[in-house]
Amino acid sequence: MGRYLIRRLLQFIPVFFGATFLIFALVFIMPGDPIRALSGDKPLAPEVVQALQERYHLDEPFYKQYAIYIGNVFQGDFGKDFRGRPVSELMADRLPVTIKLAILAFGFEVVIGLTAGVIAGVRKDKFFDSLVLVSTLVVLAIPVFVLGFIAQIIFGVKLGWFPISGYREGFRSLLLPAMVLGSLSLAYIARLSRTSLVENLRADYVRTAKAKGLSTRRVIGIHTLRNSLIPVVTFLAVDLGALMGGAIITETIFNLPGLGRAVFEATKAQEGAVVVGIATFLVIVYMIANLLVDVLYGVLDPRIRYE
Amino acid sequence: MSDSQDTPPDGTDPSGDEPTLYADTVGERLPVDPVVTAGDEGNQRERFRESPGLDVEVEDLTRTASLWGDAWRQLRRRPVFIISAIMIAILVLISLFPGFFATHDPRECNLINSLIPPSSEHWFGTDLQGCDYYSRTLYGTRVSISIGIIVVFFVTIIATIGGSISGYFGGAIDAVIGRITDIWFVIPTILGGIVILSLVRSRGIITVSLVLIVLGWATLLRLVRSSVLAVKANDYVDAARAMGASNTRIIIRHILPNAIAPVIIVAAIYVGVVIAAEAALSFLGVGLQLPAISWGLMISTAQQRIITAPYLLVFPGAFLSVTVFSFILMGDALRDALDPKLR
Repeated sequence: MGRYLIRRLLQFIPVFFGATFLIFALVFIMPGDPIRALSGDKPLAPEVVQALQERYHLDEPFYKQYAIYIGNVFQGDFGKDFRGRPVSELMADRLPVTIKLAILAFGFEVVIGLTAGVIAGVRKDKFFDSLVLVSTLVVLAIPVFVLGFIAQIIFGVKLGWFPISGYREGFRSLLLPAMVLGSLSLAYIARLSRTSLVENLRADYVRTAKAKGLSTRRVIGIHTLRNSLIPVVTFLAVDLGALMGGAIITETIFNLPGLGRAVFEATKAQEGAVVVGIATFLVIVYMIANLLVDVLYGVLDPRIRYE
Repeated sequence: MSDSQDTPPDGTDPSGDEPTLYADTVGERLPVDPVVTAGDEGNQRERFRESPGLDVEVEDLTRTASLWGDAWRQLRRRPVFIISAIMIAILVLISLFPGFFATHDPRECNLINSLIPPSSEHWFGTDLQGCDYYSRTLYGTRVSISIGIIVVFFVTIIATIGGSISGYFGGAIDAVIGRITDIWFVIPTILGGIVILSLVRSRGIITVSLVLIVLGWATLLRLVRSSVLAVKANDYVDAARAMGASNTRIIIRHILPNAIAPVIIVAAIYVGVVIAAEAALSFLGVGLQLPAISWGLMISTAQQRIITAPYLLVFPGAFLSVTVFSFILMGDALRDALDPKLR
């Protein structure tokens, strides 16, 4: 287990630098002069331009900018936006909303998705199974933003159960967006756990367990479920990325002051520092989640440790 | 996945004639009741073991009952496949000849007709500019289908080449490709798309496709790699090598035909994913730009009027969902046909 962990950690390092470099490079190679965008129609004095360039290291070669940047990131400094506000401050401000939203969505999809998937898997080809298969397929097909509007119209406007948008009611404002955000992954989880369970229920060890006279509850709950959860756990790591991408859309639709909307607003304003800062942060979160899942994976499936 | 040794994936095991015959029979049997499963597979095989007299006919059957022939035979009788194929065919037809189906010119708009609800003259109503919404929705098909197909085409090519090199040769080149894939893998498509596209001033189908290709190949490449790895372990690959076949020949003639099935399944679903991603990016204002006709843009504009004119949202939203649905359904049908183990 220790060696497996160390290997995973070592693999993490090049991916970390590669991914952050990639984001940095993608933003950098794009045309457009941020200083001119900042000044608008009225040209700035050359001294001001030069001062700004020096302040943000815009006159340095590209790789040097990256080195300076990543060095600062390690000290918790994600740069400043053009109004002089630290990006880390902006993130600290916006992060709680996104975290709450993501946790709610995650809990929603895991609890309902897994329950539906496991029941459907156990009762394969019964009514509930078909219901789960068909309804998840429909949910998979509806893009997040369309689903968001449908939810707004039905639950917000027509039924009035939830606030339509904004963050004035705190927790209650997050419920509907979280359900919308989690719905796509919920469908995936339900289908994945169903397929995985159905496949595992056919395995020899399940037959052995049944032959030993174990109760169905124990056969499914202890023996089968643990093996069936492995692909689901893998998916959950990948899913965090989807949640972050989805958060950008959901927060925009529901007008929530989270990180996703901050990225979106910053891209509109061509605030490179903010975009790179938040994107870097999200990617780091995603990578750490992946790492944790890999470790969890090793715990769940002992075969993996010895590969 | 690892406990599959006892049931050869249909047709992918050409080590003898038996599986081919077996596969053929499954094809005949399944359509009657597609949910008959594992239980009687064993019996089927037993029966063929007991009938050595079939050997002569087997010779002829091997030609026709390939994996693809068999899959096709199964697919033809599956309602899910037929429905999704018809839906995709209609969508492709609409995107090729939108003028034939449309009732109006989508760009000939008259402000007098602004925001008319659906009627016999304007089936889907009109938008704020007074354009016929039905015709606009139909023309929107073109953008979505083109981007979906362009992106998936190139992504599949990149993934197949990269994945088979990585999986077949292994070693250093595998490590390099693997690490690059890892890096790409941690960048979520929508996030990356927003970051790149927001910095491009004029964005057309080509730009958006290019960005989605650049961001989208990693998942599929991993799939090709693992599939190639699994196939590579087969005896016939060693046999081909022993007979002096070149690496290129082994990959193209022996490995890829047997490794490509899962790739095709995922590629079909991926068309839907790409279409949804394009719509999402256009919706966020970083995808296609006006005057392009795109469902994402239409939904984005409709957003301001979801209470007074919900039909502006419903029609492009429904078309988008149905399109994505068709491709997911197609992927599902292909999976059932190409990989019966998953049923």
